[in-house]
This record gives sequence, structure tokens and C-alpha cells, in this order.
Amino acid sequence: MSRIKSTLTALHQAERKALIPYITGGDPKPEWTVDLMHSLVASGADILELGVPFSDPMADGPVIQLACERALEHGTSLKDILAMVVAFREQDQNTPVVLMGYLNPVEKMGYQIFVDAAAKAGVDGVLMVDLPPEEAETLVPMLNEKSMDAVFLIAPTTTDERIQNICEHSSGYVYYVSVKGVTGSASLNEEEVSAKVSRIKELNSIPVGVGFGIRDAQSAAQVARLADGVIVGSVIVNLIAENSDDLPKIKDKIGSLVSSMRSALDQLD
Amino acid sequence: MSANVKLTEEFLRQFPDSKGHFGQYGGKFVSETLMSSLVDLENKYLALRDDPDFKKEFDNDLADYVGRPSPLYLAERLTREVGGARIYLKREDLNHTGAHKVNNTIGQALLAKYLGKPRIIAETGAGQHGVASATVAARLGLDCKVFMGEHDVQRQALNVYRMKLLGAEVEPVKSGTRTLKDAMNEALRDWVTNVDDTFYIIGTVAGPHPYPMLVRDFQSIIGREARAQCLEKEGRLPDALVACVGGGSNAIGLFHPFLCDEGVEMYGVEAGGHGIETGQHAAPLSAGQPGVLHGNRTYLMSDDDGQIMSTHSVSAGLDYPGVGPEHAWLKDIKRADYVSVTDTEALDAFRRLTLVEGIMPALETSHAIAYGIKKAATMRSDEIMIINLSGRGDKDIHTIATLDGIKI
Repeated sequence: MSRIKSTLTALHQAERKALIPYITGGDPKPEWTVDLMHSLVASGADILELGVPFSDPMADGPVIQLACERALEHGTSLKDILAMVVAFREQDQNTPVVLMGYLNPVEKMGYQIFVDAAAKAGVDGVLMVDLPPEEAETLVPMLNEKSMDAVFLIAPTTTDERIQNICEHSSGYVYYVSVKGVTGSASLNEEEVSAKVSRIKELNSIPVGVGFGIRDAQSAAQVARLADGVIVGSVIVNLIAENSDDLPKIKDKIGSLVSSMRSALDQLD
Repeated sequence: MSANVKLTEEFLRQFPDSKGHFGQYGGKFVSETLMSSLVDLENKYLALRDDPDFKKEFDNDLADYVGRPSPLYLAERLTREVGGARIYLKREDLNHTGAHKVNNTIGQALLAKYLGKPRIIAETGAGQHGVASATVAARLGLDCKVFMGEHDVQRQALNVYRMKLLGAEVEPVKSGTRTLKDAMNEALRDWVTNVDDTFYIIGTVAGPHPYPMLVRDFQSIIGREARAQCLEKEGRLPDALVACVGGGSNAIGLFHPFLCDEGVEMYGVEAGGHGIETGQHAAPLSAGQPGVLHGNRTYLMSDDDGQIMSTHSVSAGLDYPGVGPEHAWLKDIKRADYVSVTDTEALDAFRRLTLVEGIMPALETSHAIAYGIKKAATMRSDEIMIINLSGRGDKDIHTIATLDGIKI
């Protein structure tokens, strides 16, 4: 059983919801990323999504575009991200890490080299934003061979037929993109999210994480009522941007945000 | 050079395949939110492609609104001066709006109409596709927003103003390198946000399937006409075709109807910028490697870490790090040859064609002219070359004047 699956199963049995924060690796400085990952876990994160910076993040809004730019200014590469996971695993063997990014850096490294290196580093899942299941027929079996999960997106526009197909190709969890738009753009509509997540759950039993549009403890709690996990990105990355010269302050700010979300998730009726 | 596979019409019909692949290239590499729209577009297009009413509407628009067929013009004085092959120019510059781009926007605007989308968006580099999109939007009463890199907004100011006069909103894109690739990123971000009511008119044969296929189909009018015109004027097919390649829509439009004609050589001319050896160019087929960007797998200019590199060309329309997937495939199967010329060579060709033929080509097109002249000089006088004169150079007057130190 993958680390993601066992984490989500344990949470489910305890009737708790997964809190899944996202940061971009290398933002604002590569040497701070591992520290920030530990800090997120200490504040209550169950799974970490670690962004692989890309020069052309076309599904992301300005907040994550700028995070990519900051990381790339320091030359953060996919290899560096994998090294960060290695360093993280020296102290934390339990928290699953999902790499999230765009396909080209992986294409450039080569699928098999990437998969072997990621498995060795202690990566648990891979989500490539611009890789739908139709184009992932080579990568998914390679990931699964090394007990890593392929996480795919489901969107408000995804048809039932596609939902079934996506769930069949996914393992670990599926990531429901709660709004039509780029990351950090709009607030989610609870009724629409509820309807779509229920539909996904009717069609497949795989856990559903919901992301996009979650800004605070309250919206995290709203979404957690509907789904198995809550994914929080832009609001955290924005705190990093606002305090990019001050590591203790970043840790303090994202620590209190993530802790408040944790409490809200643990106090659901 | 000859292709390493036998090309027949039946064989070519397999490309792109049902997943939008040309060999290992093409495909649909986009975030999930856009997948349903792409599938809808593909289904609608496949249903309409052979629909007599749709074809008739498209053909009528090309004839009466665009002014087709465009002439195939024998450049006699240039031919004499070069002293090689007979050089014909396919006059896409004479189309309404001044370039080949309008062939495609007419087609895609019709698709938008049939899909019931009231709003169109487009990305543009040189502004020709933006103008062509704003034009069809004005004609059909659609809202239109054009994304254009801030750098290009400055160097193509005339076209920016034309788009505004046509009622379009022009959004200067300030991210990344502030050129065509960033405009495309921003257009994709808009599309993902407004996917329900918006049709994205992609201007070139790149992007996710079905765009490379449908843009090719709309632009193939260029090659179909040129083939028939050459047969009529010369009684035989040409020996060489030359076209500039940024994303590659005018080149595929000229090349595609000739792919099965074994004796016809094809040359796609990329932007060599300051020279391939300087790294400052926009020539992914000449100096790049396969990768994935903007929805398709193709040749790209990316660094060792897979980050997209900044490109350079004097021509905004060629200043793009990728290229259409069908060109990537034609390169690999050796059916077409991809070469490059530098900024300086293109500028020289601009001046030469202007002085010798009284035709001012766009800076993009000037790349094709530059290579065409070089190549024609090595050919015999009984051989025939067709250069795609893809656009006119009015929009580039400011750039040329600035290089001459003249303020206008």
C-alpha cells in the first residue's frame, strides 16, 4: 500500500479529513524549502504537494507564476526538487509528498530516469497539470511499478465518462479543481462543488481532494464537509511572497494559517 | 532529399490520429478544465468539415471577403537578378487584412458561430493574427480580446491600433519574456476561466489537438490554389516550396497539398536571430529538441532542466520557442527540410524585394524570401520555386525606420 493510501485510509478510519498544503519548491530560496515542508507538517499537514517550478505555468494564476519565477531565479531544477525530498525524508518518513508541476521538465529528464530518481528520493505521487490520462499511458505504469501514485485532475467541465476514465487511471486520490479558472483566481461555489464531488463519489470510490479557491479556515471547513481532503496553495504561497526575506516570519505566518485550517477540519460536526 | 516513408493520400489521412498525434508529436497536453471543450470542438469540426453548407459558407467568405484566390505571381526581375530558378510568389499579402492569417480566422469564427460562443480570444505575436481575429469578430458581432506580449505591443504598435479600431480589447502581457509564448499562456488562462462562453482562435498550427489539424485544413487553401495555378501557368508542378516557420501555419498551408508530390522539395525557414551559434534565435526545428508546451509535443527550445528558453527574432511573428507538431513530424520523416536565416539576412531580403519587385514583405515573410533567393541561385533556370509571400510589411515600417535611425 502506498504511503498516500495508508495515510488517507487512517484518516478515514479516524473520521478526519486530509489537509494538503502546496508550496513551490525553491520559493523563495531553495535552502528554505525543506524547513518549510517540516513546518507545514508540524502545523497539521497530512500530505504535502511540492511544486516543481516551470517557466510557463499556464494553468496557474499570478501568485504561483511569481513563485515559479522566484524559484527559477535561483536555478531550482527538477533534480534540486528531488534532492529536497531526499533531505526531507531524513527526518520524516511518514508524510506523503506529491510532486506537482508541468510535463516538460520530466520529458527533458526522461520518464524512466525521473521515475527511478523520484522513487529513490521518497516521492509518493506525481501530478502533472498538463498531462491528462490519455497522454499518460507510458508514465502511469512506470509510477505504479515503483508504488507511486498518479494523481489526475477532475474539473467542473469534466463529463461523467471522463470522470470514470480519470479515476481508473488515478491512484491515491483525485484532485477536484473546484473552479473554472487558474490557481488563486476565484472563490468556490459550495453548491456546485458539493454536487460534483458527490457525482465523483457515485462513480468511483477513490478519495477526492478539493483545491482552488480555498483561502481560510472557514472555506477549508466548508470543502472538507464534502470531500476527503482539502488542498491549499495560493494563499500559502502568497504569505511566502509577502515575507520572502524572513524565514522565521514565513514559518510563523504559514504555521498559524495551516494550524487554523487543521483545527477547523478537526472540529467538523 | 526524399521522405523516408512513402506518402500517399491514404497514408496522410491517418495524421493526426484519433488522439491528435503526428507520429510522436501533437496530442492534447492541457489541464483537465479544457479537455471537454477540446473534445466538443473536435467533434463539431469533424461533423462540419464535410458538411456542404459549412464548406460553402467558408468558400464564399474566402472569395468575397478575403478576396481569394490570391495570385501566383512570377517575380521576373528578381528571377533575372538571382539567375537561377523561376521564382513565383504566392501573394497572401493581398488578402484582406494583409496576411494568410485571415484564412484561418474565417474558418474558426465560423466554428465559433456554429458552437454558439459569443466571445472569442486570440494570442498574437506580430499582430496579424490579432488583426485577423478582431476583423472576423467585428464582422460577426462577437466580443474579442487579444493577448499580446508587452514587447510585441511596442514593436507592432500599428497593428495594436488596428485591433482597437476594430473594436477588440488588446491585453498587453507582462509575464515571462513578454512575447508570443507568454501571450499564449495568458490566452490559455483566460480560456480556462471563461471556457463556457469563449472560443479560443489559435493562430497557428500548434496548441492542443484539434487545433493543428483544423488550422492546417483552413490554411491548405494556399497550397491547393498554388498547385493548380502552377499547373496552369507552367504545365507542371514546382520543384521547390519555401515558407517561413514560426508556429508554421503559412508553411503547412502551402506544403500540405504537395506532400504526396515526390518531386516537390519543401523548405521551412526558421528565425535564426543573431545566428544559431549565438543561442539567440527562434529556431526549434534547427536547434531544439522534442518536449511539451502549450498543449502539444513538438520540437522546443528548452534548457537542460526543461525550462523554456527565451527566444530572439527581429520578427515578432516568428519569435516563439515551439513549432507546430506536423512540422516536427515532417522533419523527422525527412519530407521537409528546415533551415534558418538571420535577422540581417531577412532585413536585406526585405529591402531587396521592395526595391526589385515593388513588394514590401512582412519581416516574417522576409525570412522565406532570404532563403528562397539563396536556394534559387543554386537551381537551374528551367526549375520552378514558389515562395509563400505570407504577409505584407506595412506593420514593420516602424521597425525598419528605427533601424535606419529615422523617426516617423
